[in-house]
Amino acid sequence: MTRETVIEVRGLVNRFGSQTVHENLDLDVYRGEIIGIVGGSGTGKSVLLRTIVGLVRPVAGEVRVFGENLLALSDERRSRVERRFGVLFQSGALFSSLTVAENVALPLVEHAGLPRVDAQRLAGVKLALAGLPVDAGRKYPSQLSGGMIKRAALARALALDPEILFLDEPTAGLDPISAAAFDSLIVTLRNALGLTVFLVTHDLDTLYSTCDRVAVLSQRRVLAAAPIDEVARTDDAWVQAYFNGPRGRAATRAAHPGKD
Amino acid sequence: MATAPPLPGSATLTRDTGGARLTIAGDWTLAHYSNLQHRANELAGSIDSGIAIDIHQLGAMDTSGAFVIAELLGSSRTQALAQDEALPPARRALLKTVGDAIDTYCTGVKRPRDAGFVAALERIGKAMQGFWKQTTKLLAFIGITLQGFLATAWRPRRWRVTSLVSHIEQTGLDAVPILALLSFMVGCVVAFLGSTALASYGASLFTVDLIGFAFLREFGVLLTAILLAGRTASAFTAQIGSMKAREEIDAIRTLGLDPVELLVLPRVLALLVALPLLTFLAMIAGIVGGGVVCMAVLKMSPSMFLSMFQADISLTQFLVGIAKAPVFAFMIAVIGCMEGFKVSGSAQSVGEHTTSAVVQSIFVVILLDALAALFYMEMGW
Repeated sequence: MTRETVIEVRGLVNRFGSQTVHENLDLDVYRGEIIGIVGGSGTGKSVLLRTIVGLVRPVAGEVRVFGENLLALSDERRSRVERRFGVLFQSGALFSSLTVAENVALPLVEHAGLPRVDAQRLAGVKLALAGLPVDAGRKYPSQLSGGMIKRAALARALALDPEILFLDEPTAGLDPISAAAFDSLIVTLRNALGLTVFLVTHDLDTLYSTCDRVAVLSQRRVLAAAPIDEVARTDDAWVQAYFNGPRGRAATRAAHPGKD
Repeated sequence: MATAPPLPGSATLTRDTGGARLTIAGDWTLAHYSNLQHRANELAGSIDSGIAIDIHQLGAMDTSGAFVIAELLGSSRTQALAQDEALPPARRALLKTVGDAIDTYCTGVKRPRDAGFVAALERIGKAMQGFWKQTTKLLAFIGITLQGFLATAWRPRRWRVTSLVSHIEQTGLDAVPILALLSFMVGCVVAFLGSTALASYGASLFTVDLIGFAFLREFGVLLTAILLAGRTASAFTAQIGSMKAREEIDAIRTLGLDPVELLVLPRVLALLVALPLLTFLAMIAGIVGGGVVCMAVLKMSPSMFLSMFQADISLTQFLVGIAKAPVFAFMIAVIGCMEGFKVSGSAQSVGEHTTSAVVQSIFVVILLDALAALFYMEMGW
């Protein structure tokens, strides 16, 4: 089976001061898959995400998104590539001076050149897609709960119908019910919109219920990148502790009822 | 992805013997959104229940395109279309998702908006109410601060000396250069004005008196207070406000500590120390500035300036001026801290309240100064 590679990371090195976060890291992400990135705290999951979207300039190595090296492009071409992906930041990063609907409408007005009225209407649909009631659009981000902020931020990330969606800890800080709803929302959207999803998470339930493949970051590189059951069998102390610890076992049982 | 050459989306209505038929073709994507929406609005009236829908020439479709189609066709026909086996599964899923989203959430709620006279009245009313609320809040906060002060005053162990000293440094010492320069220059300006205006009466020597009265009674304390209102009240609001936004204030409360004692009292006391000292400095700098101009323009010797100053200006002038300093200090610090506590959540809110703190404290300073001037006049000081 030939799969189209949309993100290609080769020989990535990231270093902050004397601390090396990534060393010769390689990773491929294929079109249409949901890939989960896991790893202990400080293994550079978020840094990897920020490197791929071009917010961090790597010390060495190359990152290609849709075959283009973002950091080598002119501003205009870079912006055109950036419109093809959406990013959901860890704490939402909604603009606090704009209402939720204006937040979502902003890229539509700026990039798609829609008149404000149309953009607001379309923003309403995106909010509905993300599972928010229509009156949430008039509120300011500070008036929303944590779960609603995540949904609103997802709506903004989806505004331009991106091909790749980057999610940084989307279910962190959500209650289990909202987290499960968010997981199924992501799968639904992926199926409906044909998204590729790059998911940084700690949530084992999310990994089991959504991800096609899981990439484990450890010892400054990608230790394994494969379907979750395969990864869970990897012979590595951290991986074993992660997937076969008490929480890991509970999540496995939830994902495969009947097996133990 | 579609292999056909991309065409802008179109919708055509044809009528033949079999009945009406709506043909949806081309790319229904964000790039064509405005045209598609326009076309959909034109067709909206002529779609009836018996219409046949041909969607097989449809090129690319994204959520915005699906939204226009779903809105054009209405809920039930969109759902029917999403069941159509002839369409690829991904497309059916997209139509279904968007259709569901519209059904579940977009039950159009629109808030009627008043305009004109009523809205103007409403705004005036709101502003008045806001002013009244603001005043009561300020009085309440003054009360809380005084209460906190009395509760800790006789317990030296609860004095926050480090914090106090640090705030005195930030609000007092760090403001010395800018304040001295500012007062010096205003002193020069007043002296120039005096010497020019009094020259026509042949009384330019009395420029000395003008400078003395102006700086000791009014300008020294007023300049200092306004500078600190801009510099310190805003800093207090931003400091406390960003703590409030990050739930640090709540953390202080849950640790069983008193935010007033921890945050407000050191700031208020620091300003109570710093502002009178700075006022004294501003007076001196202003008088020196005036003196320099007197020497340069009126050819007056320093000793003559000083002896005139000594003869004409009594100590009362100084006392009357400096007496206002602690009052201004208290008000500026209290307003700065109070606005900080009123911050809610966002970065925007920190900015709004910082502005409000500066405006309010300058307003209060000038108001109190005017009242004091009236009082002193009646008392004959």
